[in-house]
Amino acid sequence: MNIPSDLKYTASHEWVRVEGDGTVTVGITDHAQDLLGDMVFVENPAAGRKLKAGEECAVVESVKAASDVYAPIAGEVVDANSDVEASPELINQDAYGAWMFRIKPDNAADVDALLDAAGYKAQVESEAH
Amino acid sequence: MSLKQTPLNAVHREMGARMVDFGGWDMPVNYGSQIEEHNTVRNSVGMFDVSHMRVVDIRGAGTRAFLRGLVANNVDKLKEAGKALYSCMLNPAGGVIDDLIIYFLTEDYFRIVVNAGTADKDVAWMQQQAKECNADCVITPKPELAMIAVQGPKAWETVWQVLPQAKAATEKLKPFQAAFVGEWMLARTGYTGEDGTEIMLPAAEAEGLWRKLAAAGAAPAGLGARDTLRLEAGMNLYGQDMDEDTSPLEAGLAWTVDLTPGRAFIGRAALEQNPVKRQMVGLLLLDKGVLRGHQLVQTAHGAGEITSGSFAPTLNRSIAMARVPVGVAIGDEVKVEVRDKLLSARVVKYPFARQGKALIALD
Repeated sequence: MNIPSDLKYTASHEWVRVEGDGTVTVGITDHAQDLLGDMVFVENPAAGRKLKAGEECAVVESVKAASDVYAPIAGEVVDANSDVEASPELINQDAYGAWMFRIKPDNAADVDALLDAAGYKAQVESEAH
Repeated sequence: MSLKQTPLNAVHREMGARMVDFGGWDMPVNYGSQIEEHNTVRNSVGMFDVSHMRVVDIRGAGTRAFLRGLVANNVDKLKEAGKALYSCMLNPAGGVIDDLIIYFLTEDYFRIVVNAGTADKDVAWMQQQAKECNADCVITPKPELAMIAVQGPKAWETVWQVLPQAKAATEKLKPFQAAFVGEWMLARTGYTGEDGTEIMLPAAEAEGLWRKLAAAGAAPAGLGARDTLRLEAGMNLYGQDMDEDTSPLEAGLAWTVDLTPGRAFIGRAALEQNPVKRQMVGLLLLDKGVLRGHQLVQTAHGAGEITSGSFAPTLNRSIAMARVPVGVAIGDEVKVEVRDKLLSARVVKYPFARQGKALIALD
């Protein structure tokens, strides 16, 4: 299972990377894309949108199913990746490279409460049973 | 309850299948990429394990007479040995108990293939009807048979490469016709909109055939690709596009119902009494997104509902089959409720794609 140790995770299968400028980048995990299969549609939140932690803010759809993507932490959307909207299969090819949107956190420390790689791995394994 | 397994279960796992619970059966949904499998069937050759479907043999001098009353299509269309007929089996209210294929083998031997999820119900219904009308025939489910569908423009050449002994008996088969080669039955049928064959054979021989077909270039394909292929081909899926509460006349299946005067079959009276208020149409999504089953459709003639929807790999667009009020016409623009949005879709005539080609205009 591909779970990079330098990222943070949510139980709902988003990954989070803290950038040098204090913003956080969000995508869905390799495990999530593997479960969903071939991606055919991505809808990102618009820049400027204020998100609450846990709020549904994006949608990914594979041939098989639609799945909501949730805001890992509260903040304002500062950027969205139009490349994955144009080519959703990028998420299948490289889930951690194909980021979806960036948030300017309301509170930078909120990231600390997210799962680390070991915690996410345990979460995925518990779902398999 | 543990899931039922086909004879190929272990082979699917060995070939990297992602398995899912499909109506109580542990079945491969894909072996990696559903879209690749779909395209392989449209352009080359793929194979599906459809052993979960149930073969039911009916033998006896009264078989044809029994089937005449049992199903909505007319088995008297079956004149040549091996010829197949697609039909619905209706309840007295005119709802669809199942859709099935009937093969005429000899005058006292017909073979029926029914859906997996409805097999037990179907057989019970058939046996009850046979008893009530004292039919001179014996109904025998054949769970000991496996079924492998080989589909795509290269299906037959691949099958003949693996089974050269089958070529003479099958090279002149017309669509919807079958032939026996020893105990095996090869039918020129399928559920993809491509040429190909469905091979019924003893379960113990399925793994050997599957491996030989794989070695000859047939790509294993899962139920995911099977669903997008049949949707593009405009073929109904039981339980989704019609069920016991749906008339075949409102499910796009009027062409399978033979209302020739004087013919008696279960459900006929109800079909003739109930006005047809809805029709099946195709939808092509004009906005971005993906159409899915159960989404509501707003039309100028009232509300309808998508029965099957997905992304269509051959078209690179989203399509759907929808049941909408009579009056909605090809070319109309309708709205589909997708989450919190109303997306625009165009009403089109399906099939959407067959034989490797798009059959609808995409602009």
